[in-house]
Amino acid sequence: MTLLAIIYLIGSITFILGLKMLSHPDTAKRGNLIAAAGMTIAIFGTIFLYEEDGVKLQNYGWIFGALILGTVVGTIAARRVKMTAMPEMVSLFNGMGGACAMLISVLEFKHLVDHAPVTESGFYSLTADVSHLHVLIIIAGLVIGSISFSGSMVAWGKLNGSVKDFVYKGQQYINLLLLGLLVVGSAYFIATTPTTDVASGATGISSVHVYFFYAIAALSLLYGVMFVFPIGGADMPVVISLLNSFTGVAAACGGFLYNNQVMLTGGILVGAAGTLLTILMCKAMNRSLLNVLLGAFGGNTAASGATASVGGGTTKEITLNDTAVVMAYASKVMIVPGYGLAVAQAQHVCHELEKMLEERGVEVKYAIHPVAGRMPGHMNVLLAEADVSYEKLLEMEQANDEFTSTDVVLILGANDVVNPAAKTDPASPIYGMPILEVEQSKHVIVNKRSMKPGYAGIENMLFFQPKTSMLFGDAKAVLQKLVAELKEM
Amino acid sequence: METIISWIADNIEMVYIVILSIFLGVEVIGRVPSVLHTPLMSGANAIHGVVIIGAIIVMGRVDETNYLALIIGFLAVVLGTLNVVGGFVVTDRMLSMFNKKKGKRS
Repeated sequence: MTLLAIIYLIGSITFILGLKMLSHPDTAKRGNLIAAAGMTIAIFGTIFLYEEDGVKLQNYGWIFGALILGTVVGTIAARRVKMTAMPEMVSLFNGMGGACAMLISVLEFKHLVDHAPVTESGFYSLTADVSHLHVLIIIAGLVIGSISFSGSMVAWGKLNGSVKDFVYKGQQYINLLLLGLLVVGSAYFIATTPTTDVASGATGISSVHVYFFYAIAALSLLYGVMFVFPIGGADMPVVISLLNSFTGVAAACGGFLYNNQVMLTGGILVGAAGTLLTILMCKAMNRSLLNVLLGAFGGNTAASGATASVGGGTTKEITLNDTAVVMAYASKVMIVPGYGLAVAQAQHVCHELEKMLEERGVEVKYAIHPVAGRMPGHMNVLLAEADVSYEKLLEMEQANDEFTSTDVVLILGANDVVNPAAKTDPASPIYGMPILEVEQSKHVIVNKRSMKPGYAGIENMLFFQPKTSMLFGDAKAVLQKLVAELKEM
Repeated sequence: METIISWIADNIEMVYIVILSIFLGVEVIGRVPSVLHTPLMSGANAIHGVVIIGAIIVMGRVDETNYLALIIGFLAVVLGTLNVVGGFVVTDRMLSMFNKKKGKRS
């Protein structure tokens, strides 16, 4: 057991070190590997060295079978997933962790019940020393793990497009009611378990409580679904990050359950770091966490739809040919990539366009909004995949300084991050969010598939400005044609 | 109330670990550039896969004939492994893209 304690200590240190290194670009990759190595020794240490009251673990066949299956499937899935689908993959894996925490609580509870002698009235009299707080930890792991699991599954479905945003009237109240039920139900369960049987006088769990336990599990799963359902679009990364920290806390509950330090440090570390990351992301959008959770964007859809028809002026379209000419004769072009580029998988063609323009002596740079794409930093990953050089990617502040000297801004499927309403319209739900100030440049060309408002569901006045031209079509197809046009020039 | 106090006293070391870990977690990623938000989230995601240790322990003390429990435990270990392995591999892939760029620049 002492050797295992040292292994757990090493594991905890690698997690701290790994997380620290992950937050610097130079050391990130090594940090990830260090944490992975720590995890590996912690897992194998547990399998071979863990013992409880001198009894070693059993069922090695089952354990190794599960480990091998999980490793093979996990590796294949992680290797095959496209870079554009990364956010949903992260969400999916997070859900797996949540489910794992949930199942541990289920099994732990089952373990208590299965080993308890049953009285005639169906009462499970516990022989082991089980306190209310022990039950509290089991329930906390169950509730948090379940919410994280079902919430992540909905988030995964939403990001890959199979689940639509789902908003109905009074949603917030229903959700609050569900949450209230969950909290009160769990508190009641914890307060009354273990209980004393009237007939036999034994301490333990009544058969009603066994059903009650599974009811709490079901309610938690339902709450996870209902909680993520109304949250849409740009808020998804925030939710995924929050669910990520939930799973961390669920893992830490396991640490308390087994008096296991590596689970505790790993779980709490992720719980705390995840919460901070969530807040940082909210800050990047200038929104409070509460705002995100209550789904203010979704709630305002109807209202902003009305203003759209009022404010909707005329837009100007531009042909591909003209776009090619305008860009070819510019001296500086700034590309603003958004989710439209990501879904169309157009990052490679985009790089090709960049090279064509540079051959003609045009300076090309990319302006990256902190929340561009589906997750902060996601766009950088996508462009890096397409070999776009790192120095060409400007962060928001840098980009905003350079727009005045830019001739043409080409917006590829970005919308909310360039919406001037964030600066000018206090009534707008995105008011105050830092944006890319593209209108400072001489000419703005917006590529979109249609005039449909973006993720926030608000009309973008930028499209109606005299400087702006619209270039409709799928980002990839449009860019391919642009490249072809440029070749012919 | 008494149960809570005595529980804290019994688990005082664990409580210390929790509190220190909270501060450490916040401190460690305090000034992360937004470029790294996605890989960091993914890396943190893999780390909370440490929950798999709980799954292994629970699985390892199930009775050999309790098939329902064995199946649930098996599922828990598979899901935990997916979380760990998938998380680390995906993070590594994302970070490789940054490193490739740097290699070219130097």
